[in-house]
Amino acid sequence: MSKKTNVLPGFNLSLGYTLLYLSLIVLIPLSAAFIKTTELSLSEFWNIVTAPRVVASYKLTFGASLIGASINAVFGLLTAWVLVRYDFFGKKLIDAFVDLPFALPTAVAGIALTAVYAKNGWIGSILEPNGIHVAFTPLGVVIALTFIGLPFVVRTVQPVLEDLESETEEAAASLGANRWQTFYKVIFPALLPALMTGFALAFARAVGEYGSVIFIAGNMPMVSEITPLIIITKLEQYDYTGATAVAVVMLVISFLLLLMINGLQWWANRRNAEAI
Amino acid sequence: MYTKFSIKKWLVAIALASPLLSLAADISLLNVSYDPTRELYVEYNAAFAKHWKAKTGDNVTVKQSHGGSGKQARGVIDGLPADVVTLALSYDIDEIGAKAKLTPKDWQKRLPHNSSPYTSTIVLLVRKGNPKGIKDWNDLVKPGVSVITPNPKTSGGARWNYLAAYAYALKQNNNDDAKARAFVGKLFKNVPVLDSGARGSTTTFVERGIGDVFISWENEAFLAQKELGPDKFEIVVPSLSILAEPPVTMIDKVVDKRKTRAVAQAYLEYLYSEEGQEIAAKNYYRPTLDFVAKKYEKQFPAINLIKIDDVFGGWQKAQKIHFADGGVFDAIYQK
Repeated sequence: MSKKTNVLPGFNLSLGYTLLYLSLIVLIPLSAAFIKTTELSLSEFWNIVTAPRVVASYKLTFGASLIGASINAVFGLLTAWVLVRYDFFGKKLIDAFVDLPFALPTAVAGIALTAVYAKNGWIGSILEPNGIHVAFTPLGVVIALTFIGLPFVVRTVQPVLEDLESETEEAAASLGANRWQTFYKVIFPALLPALMTGFALAFARAVGEYGSVIFIAGNMPMVSEITPLIIITKLEQYDYTGATAVAVVMLVISFLLLLMINGLQWWANRRNAEAI
Repeated sequence: MYTKFSIKKWLVAIALASPLLSLAADISLLNVSYDPTRELYVEYNAAFAKHWKAKTGDNVTVKQSHGGSGKQARGVIDGLPADVVTLALSYDIDEIGAKAKLTPKDWQKRLPHNSSPYTSTIVLLVRKGNPKGIKDWNDLVKPGVSVITPNPKTSGGARWNYLAAYAYALKQNNNDDAKARAFVGKLFKNVPVLDSGARGSTTTFVERGIGDVFISWENEAFLAQKELGPDKFEIVVPSLSILAEPPVTMIDKVVDKRKTRAVAQAYLEYLYSEEGQEIAAKNYYRPTLDFVAKKYEKQFPAINLIKIDDVFGGWQKAQKIHFADGGVFDAIYQK
């Protein structure tokens, strides 16, 4: 689309509005965090954000978020597929269930998950005797982050899948492609951008998650402390600048990762467009 | 956070009442407190309103706000207009003065007993029958004993727990700091879950069935026993514990602005009266008034209680050495 044929007039006005809106809602609060850290010297800042406990928490937060988002990418795609391509009894109900992690207060989710996975809970009482500890371990963190991220993948992939015409699959089949080839040469490339958006959203949501994780994590220093808890811990000591320093690191890492995912998505989109 | 009254309702009420009671003023106070005092202040606020009405004819309504002690103090620092604060540690009130200059430096000298109208201590809660035979702090470092306490970095109550254990170890080892550090290190190695707050730990111990012993506020231990039945848990009184002094004070800048200094002052002072002390004792806080304390002697077992000022040189120092980043507590988890 070139600018001359744009149906909406007032590019300058709408861009100005967009920038103002983004500034008020996103940029100003976030820049306050950056400004607060200027109270620290560079070496103080570096010492705070590279303390062993803090580094261990980055690994857990970003690692568990990546695993959670990856699990969701696989099973969210599967769920979306089932919901779009098949008709069965109770489909509407399952469709509604998908959104529950969105709507549920995160603390409720955390308490429910902990109750189920603790050693006297339904699932925990089966797993613990077999040596699998979920509640109060990093595995619990992964489960909580998978739980809250599920709707993002399903809801981004679903509409694209719905728009995908079955004629293209029939064409692929009539041209001699087997089922696997049809999937990874025809369907998957079309879904990839949406899948990556879903993955990015699920990941971003997981990185910032506090409420649901805090109950199931166990919060042991060096083992199961997430970065948002480190920030709360610093605030609890009235260490406002220390807290914002860690927050700034989280912001920067998250931003870079999201930028990377967006870049990948753009590349996938372009490749897809060229193929068609 | 605190109870909201509809403005309309208030306006109607005032409009109706003003011609009749043109002399009686309607005053509201905001008391910003910490988590376990909910029940205490519900009862106390009603008693104080009655007392104040009888004394001056004015109607006073006290709104409550509860949460973790540190979080509440940060709320006040960031502008929550509290007339009075009733928190878990003097350190939190110190910070209100230091960070926001809302209270004078010597606030703790303004009321008797370090501005703590009631006290509490730290006790051990075990499961019925005490299957691990826990009698004292040294049983908590034995291998195979699982201990539940919140994280001292995030919970005011947990800092009292930690200091009580540390003080015990100091006494056992002729004030040898290195040995006391090793003791609390061993104790925390037995902690499988560090919840961020005291109520979270209660849930872990009571509902999830995790841990053999729960280090707890005395009043929380009584409350857990009352709510869940003495057939489930037993309180074990250690040979030595710490005198927890949850302090109260008014926020000078706020009461001067809202012109509530007199009533805020009376509100805090009345906590020291016989009625205030009775209410505290009924809610499992140890009263400081002698004859009320005598009356509730049976409820509160005599414990050898050390004071934080004597053993640790006050909260500021204890915080810096033990709980600040890179302090003794952090060292437990650094390898």
